[in-house]
Amino acid sequence: MGIRLDKPWERLDSDSVSSLQAQLGVYQVADDDGNVLSVGYAGAKHPFGIRSALEHEIRLHGKKAMLFRYEFTSNYRSRWDELLMLHLHDHGQLPDHQRDEEGRVGRLSPN
Amino acid sequence: MDFSLNEEQQMIVDTTRRFVQSEIVPLEDELDPDAGSLAPDDQDRLTTMTRSMGFYGLDIPEEYGGPGLNTTTRALMAIEMSQHRAGLYNPCYGVFGGAGLAQLYEATETQKERWLYPTLRGEKKGCFALTEPSGGSDPARAIQTRGFQDGDEWVLNGSKLYISGADKADYALVFARTSDDPGRNGVTAFIIDTDTPGFHVRRVVHTLRATNYATELQFEEMRVPKENILGELNGGFAIANDRLSRQRIPYAAGCIGPAIRAQEMAIDWAKNRDAFGSALAEKQAIQWMIVDNEIDIRHARYCVLEAAQKADSGERFRTEAAMAKLIASEASSRVVDRCIQIHGGVGVTKDLPLERWYRELRIRRIGEGPSEVQRLIMARDILGGSFK
Repeated sequence: MGIRLDKPWERLDSDSVSSLQAQLGVYQVADDDGNVLSVGYAGAKHPFGIRSALEHEIRLHGKKAMLFRYEFTSNYRSRWDELLMLHLHDHGQLPDHQRDEEGRVGRLSPN
Repeated sequence: MDFSLNEEQQMIVDTTRRFVQSEIVPLEDELDPDAGSLAPDDQDRLTTMTRSMGFYGLDIPEEYGGPGLNTTTRALMAIEMSQHRAGLYNPCYGVFGGAGLAQLYEATETQKERWLYPTLRGEKKGCFALTEPSGGSDPARAIQTRGFQDGDEWVLNGSKLYISGADKADYALVFARTSDDPGRNGVTAFIIDTDTPGFHVRRVVHTLRATNYATELQFEEMRVPKENILGELNGGFAIANDRLSRQRIPYAAGCIGPAIRAQEMAIDWAKNRDAFGSALAEKQAIQWMIVDNEIDIRHARYCVLEAAQKADSGERFRTEAAMAKLIASEASSRVVDRCIQIHGGVGVTKDLPLERWYRELRIRRIGEGPSEVQRLIMARDILGGSFK
């Protein structure tokens, strides 16, 4: 089983978000070129799960946030950490607004 | 056997209980229900508090600067420290400090300077890498990670599974087969810096546990200086086994905290929730569950304290520790299950900590030796005549 979130990107807009089920999970948000802007999770504090989390991302990034992909999982905390570590491994640093997490997350050396 | 607490133990228990209720639980109200860490500011503030209370580094031996608690007092604290949402696998989010890897107290002075003392100062973290994909209950025979000597170095190849903290560790205690002996006499312990070429943390292993996730490691032509051997060549199994025995009492004690808290929540709920014209607490079906909970909690507590007292008095305690681990992990699982039943629908939501304890307690019946291995240990002692 691959550990990367490598599903196809989907358009990020209010229609696509509102069509999602209100479940727990993880996601990536990217600009139009596929550059990841956020690696996030939808946890139990999000009233409508991944829908609420992605609505927050749209407000945070504005028009830069064009694409998203997601995965429903009840293991959202450990999966989120795994995706952060993968991003760190692949890019050398986390997305700008998540740099504070670099001191917390560990290091992976995936195949 | 006298299970009453002396004055000092009562003071420590009361102080720990107040700390958990006044400092930890309020922070959890704001955290994600599956969170495994505090905000850095809170972590620093609470660690400063535990240092000033003289409780930092609970498991560090007194000669290394620890508070010098005996096993009984440590078990009593473990029961209190686990009475919050993340308490089972991350009691008080680590603000009472860790001990590092206990095996390093047996290291050479050079090894202590390099790994133990920085760990005790909070500058380095270690992880314990024993279990492999080939099995964890019988590590002496299951270890397939191989090491061969090449001059002054050992070259290791293999993999490890379910290793907690490896992604954040500065070094790992790695067990590898170093002779043709297929059993316990062919295993050596190596202390290995995690930035050593060939040391790979391949993936997170997702489980029922919300925090302190496990990882899978792979070693590829990893070269380790012979000075990094801990203890004797081919003497590693005794080092691993010592940890497995030593850990059972605090591990068992930690299971009891969530059960106690769940029982308190269930009693409160049962007294205040009405159904069919009266409080749940007035219904025999609920009363019996509450009573069965109390029996399970007290049984587990007595077994843990008996094992701890035997350890403190220098008596053999292997059978008692195995019994405590088995009973505490299984009894606490039953208690939390009943408490969810008493709560009904809200019991399985993430609004309450019950569902997290329910998931995480399931792992406790497997971790640090499953119930069946605890029975095996007890059977050997009882039938072998060493248990009187």
